[in-house]
Amino acid sequence: MTFFELVHHSLQDSLGTSLWAFAPELIVCATIVALLFARMFTSGQSNSAYVVMMVGTVAAFYVAVKTKAPDQPVEIFTGMLVQDGFSLFMRRLLLLFVFLFTWMTRLSGVPDRESATEFYTLILGALLGMCLMVSANHMLMVFMGIEMASVPSYALVGIMKGRRLSAEAALKFAVFGGGAAGVMLYGISLLVGVLGTAHLPTMSVQLAGLLSSPVASDYQLILVLAGLMILVGFAFKLSAVPFHFWTPDAFEGATAEVAAFLSIASKAAALALLLRLTLGLGYVPASQESQPAVVPQLASAAVESASGGVEVRAQGGTTALAPVRHYLAWLIAFLAAVTCTFGNLVAYGQDNMKRLLAYSTIAHAGYMMMPVAAAILLVGSDVEAARQTVAAILFYLAVYLLMNLGAFAIVAFLRNELGSEQLPDYAGLARRSPWFVICVAVVMFSLVGLPPLAGFASKFAIFAQTYRAGLLSLVMIGVLNTVLSLFYYLRVVKTMVLDPEPKERPAPTITVWSNAGYYCTLIAVLLVVLGVFWNPLFVEARNAASLLLP
Amino acid sequence: MTLTSPPVLLSLIIFLPALGALVIGLLPKGRDDLFKQVALATTILTAILTIVVAMPASPSGNSSVGFELGKAQMQYAFSIPWIESFNIYYALGIDGISLPLVLLTSFLSILAMGASWTINKHVKAYCILFLLLEMGMLGVFMALDFFLFYVFWEVMLLPMYFLIGIWGGPRREYAAIKFFLFTMAGSVLMLVAILVLYFNSDVNKLNVMAVTSSHVHESVQEEYDPDSKTPLHTFNLLALAHQGQAADSPFSQDLVWGKSIQWWVFLLLLIGFLVKVPSVPIHTWLPDAHVEAPTPISMILAGVLLKMGGYGIIRICYPICPEAAYDLAWLVCSLGVISMVYGAFAAMAQTDFKRLVAYSSVSHMGYVVLGLGVWSLGGATATGDYWKMGMNGAMFQMIAHGISSAGMFFLVGVIYERVHHRNLDDFGGLFGKMPVYTGISMGIFFAALGLPGLCGFIGEVLVVLSVWNYSQVLAVISASVVILTAGYILWTIQRVYLGAEYRGPHAEEIKPMTKRELAIAAPLLAFAIVFGVYPKVVFNYMSPSVDKVVDDIAATQTHYSRLRRTADAERSEALPTDLAALETRVDREEATQP
Repeated sequence: MTFFELVHHSLQDSLGTSLWAFAPELIVCATIVALLFARMFTSGQSNSAYVVMMVGTVAAFYVAVKTKAPDQPVEIFTGMLVQDGFSLFMRRLLLLFVFLFTWMTRLSGVPDRESATEFYTLILGALLGMCLMVSANHMLMVFMGIEMASVPSYALVGIMKGRRLSAEAALKFAVFGGGAAGVMLYGISLLVGVLGTAHLPTMSVQLAGLLSSPVASDYQLILVLAGLMILVGFAFKLSAVPFHFWTPDAFEGATAEVAAFLSIASKAAALALLLRLTLGLGYVPASQESQPAVVPQLASAAVESASGGVEVRAQGGTTALAPVRHYLAWLIAFLAAVTCTFGNLVAYGQDNMKRLLAYSTIAHAGYMMMPVAAAILLVGSDVEAARQTVAAILFYLAVYLLMNLGAFAIVAFLRNELGSEQLPDYAGLARRSPWFVICVAVVMFSLVGLPPLAGFASKFAIFAQTYRAGLLSLVMIGVLNTVLSLFYYLRVVKTMVLDPEPKERPAPTITVWSNAGYYCTLIAVLLVVLGVFWNPLFVEARNAASLLLP
Repeated sequence: MTLTSPPVLLSLIIFLPALGALVIGLLPKGRDDLFKQVALATTILTAILTIVVAMPASPSGNSSVGFELGKAQMQYAFSIPWIESFNIYYALGIDGISLPLVLLTSFLSILAMGASWTINKHVKAYCILFLLLEMGMLGVFMALDFFLFYVFWEVMLLPMYFLIGIWGGPRREYAAIKFFLFTMAGSVLMLVAILVLYFNSDVNKLNVMAVTSSHVHESVQEEYDPDSKTPLHTFNLLALAHQGQAADSPFSQDLVWGKSIQWWVFLLLLIGFLVKVPSVPIHTWLPDAHVEAPTPISMILAGVLLKMGGYGIIRICYPICPEAAYDLAWLVCSLGVISMVYGAFAAMAQTDFKRLVAYSSVSHMGYVVLGLGVWSLGGATATGDYWKMGMNGAMFQMIAHGISSAGMFFLVGVIYERVHHRNLDDFGGLFGKMPVYTGISMGIFFAALGLPGLCGFIGEVLVVLSVWNYSQVLAVISASVVILTAGYILWTIQRVYLGAEYRGPHAEEIKPMTKRELAIAAPLLAFAIVFGVYPKVVFNYMSPSVDKVVDDIAATQTHYSRLRRTADAERSEALPTDLAALETRVDREEATQP
């Protein structure tokens, strides 16, 4: 292949398919540029940043919705990214989130006009990283995506310039994040080194080949270590115990808006990537079962003597990967159980709403990791069940987006009214803002998982799938945690409804007919509607999942 | 879709209260009397609809609405797809077990709403929550889909939490969270049981008769294919019951620790339901909740909410897990008896009038648990008649207790509103000042005591009689509880109503009952007398369905114990013999084979 042929080929690939499939991300990129330009021409005192941000997000969302899911997973940019129902669903979800989020920042007044450009640029930058995360098909993109999403997040936490707490939180977050990324990168390099490729689908074929070859035991330690190290990176992003320490501090130091971004978008993308990576490593699609696997060069001598050839056919690749699945599933299941229990136990003692929601986020990360373990186990025996499990996770993420956005919006709106984010200061709000408190109650009870709210439907779906994979004990831990979580979510509602109004506090009134009122009403109504009629969204998620596991 | 078609009629019964709540929500604030009137009108309308449903159908069968007496199967049953991804249907239906409870619910809701006239704090919110509570209760009794049942079961929690937490007494927050926590803990265990049942169920393994009689949706009937390898899971309660009672039930497989799926599911569900009943040792939320709750909510709590536990046991636990019921009969029965004895003694020790009534509820609901559990004590040797007697007794006791306990709580509320205390030792001499009130109170209290001729007697006597056949010890204990009951009730009457004069605080406030109070208490007393004198009016509705439940489970039971006997026999034969004997036996068996 001559140089020109190569260029021609890559040009065709890029212009023909890749760039079109990448259109929403490109619009996001263009929006970033437009944001920076807009700053040059206006004095920074107008709403231009918000307008540009909104237009860009809506345009990207529109294009993402219009993009039809392909019949087969399509690899774009020479296999770096993949486009399938799963990545399309997650991309829509992320863009929808950014749209709702931008609207919320507008209502809550953070960022102010001064810092709006930086704020939105960082948000979009992180969004771009997350879009790469959810469609990553290559270990390089996995790492790139995570870093692109993380680095703007560090800056976002510290965006309140001049606040000590904020600066401290940003530093903690960055140091912790840097450490985790380093460990993860080392894990990736080990894995890629052993398997000789960083292309995810090829990696699973290689891994299957390696495991069915006689030299498998030599690599066991390296593989186990690599898996553990990569999981450290994910545990950090998901704020799973014991890598959760940054979460409460970062949330407390950041504004409620940034905390919402970290708690929702960041978690959703990390979970999607975890799912993609673990399922990618634990499952060889039927179409690739027959591909020959090249065992690592290091082992070639041993293999030559043992089997008389360098090439070993991956005999039933998915079957050969059973040890990988068990290892990953049990590790994740254990992390999930510990994370969930820890988050729920610690949340009760928190008086600061952002810290409380941080521990709630940790607990929810635990719930969300349970079906991931289930999906990994199921993919070996019953692919249809595994697809349903992925659908349950996607459904949970969609509901979680609404619930947590609602929760943080409430914190932000109340901060503007009360000047406080302490739970005891919320006492007796129901007297003057009854409708607002009803919305708070809907959001909180949805987070607990009480029917007929969406939080129940999504919890039901993930617990059902977790049980289906035979993880009954994990389901038991999950439901008992639901009871534990009742305490602190209910405490928020209790404080607002039952506690007497303090005398010295200004009396805030948030009526239905205010911007904050509309926003919270929208979220609450969506949570109720999705809690009763959740079949359409679940079917949508199910369709999205089918291409992840062809 | 006419008004009389089952989907419309039953949905209307459930959601009319929600509609009323919506109307109240849209009304401008500050018009407290209007809110109460709308709420009362809604409860009355709902009750009229339930009565329409309960009217005996004409024998010619040409009227579309009406309850066919003597028919044991579900009536008005229908099923509408809801969440297809998980085979969840909006399925409702009524039979002789649920109908009396639905009627009790709608009837007590009217009375409780009437008793709410004294509530003056946040009336709008109160009325909305009250109506939502009624919606949840009605839904639980009519749901035929386990998921739907669970949703209604949980929907009730929130209104109840706020009703106790906002309008309750001094320790209301503690009582409300305790109630919430206990019920929630019970119901998440139920959720696990639901998942286990769902994923182990398979409509395809049922026979055609069972599928058609389960009132599953047409699409499921079409999809039904006995030869299919892929399981067709279901949440349909009737289909699950058929599954549990099948000879080769998938629920008999082992789950963990050598116990079958049935065994675990039964245990989980039992805990969930016994929390509501409530049974010792998970009853501790009840005295607190009752003492702190406002009077009308206490009436609903004692009159209806406790019945949901009993209803769950008879509708779900026993039909779906008959084998486990057989294994765990000792647990259910002993919990019932312990509750009876403990509740009675605890009631005797109380000085708070409301707490006393609360503990009497624990004691009386013990009869229900014992009556439900007793049939499985007998095992294969028993005849079905005594089982039926026990279960009918338990069901009747639920209705009777619904009337008498709601009445008692209301009467306590009446005097509390006048003197603002409930200390039993400070009462006395009310007979002279409030003669009508005292008369009604004595009637209701004697009904609770189980005096022949009043409603409490029938249920108790049936339960105690049926127990005698299986365990004379339990029968003697449960019969002697009647003496304890008589002890604390007579002592209460003596301390509160009799005596020379009232010496407590607020003596000047004691006035005769108002017309409104009379209008609430009198119907309760009337029903207590009618059901005591002519219990057939309830049994006519109830017995066919209860008997069918017993017959169905008994059939399984006989089959199961035969299996067990064979297994035992084989073990005892195989153990002592030497190898030669074993060989001879095998030879003999082979010879007998054709």
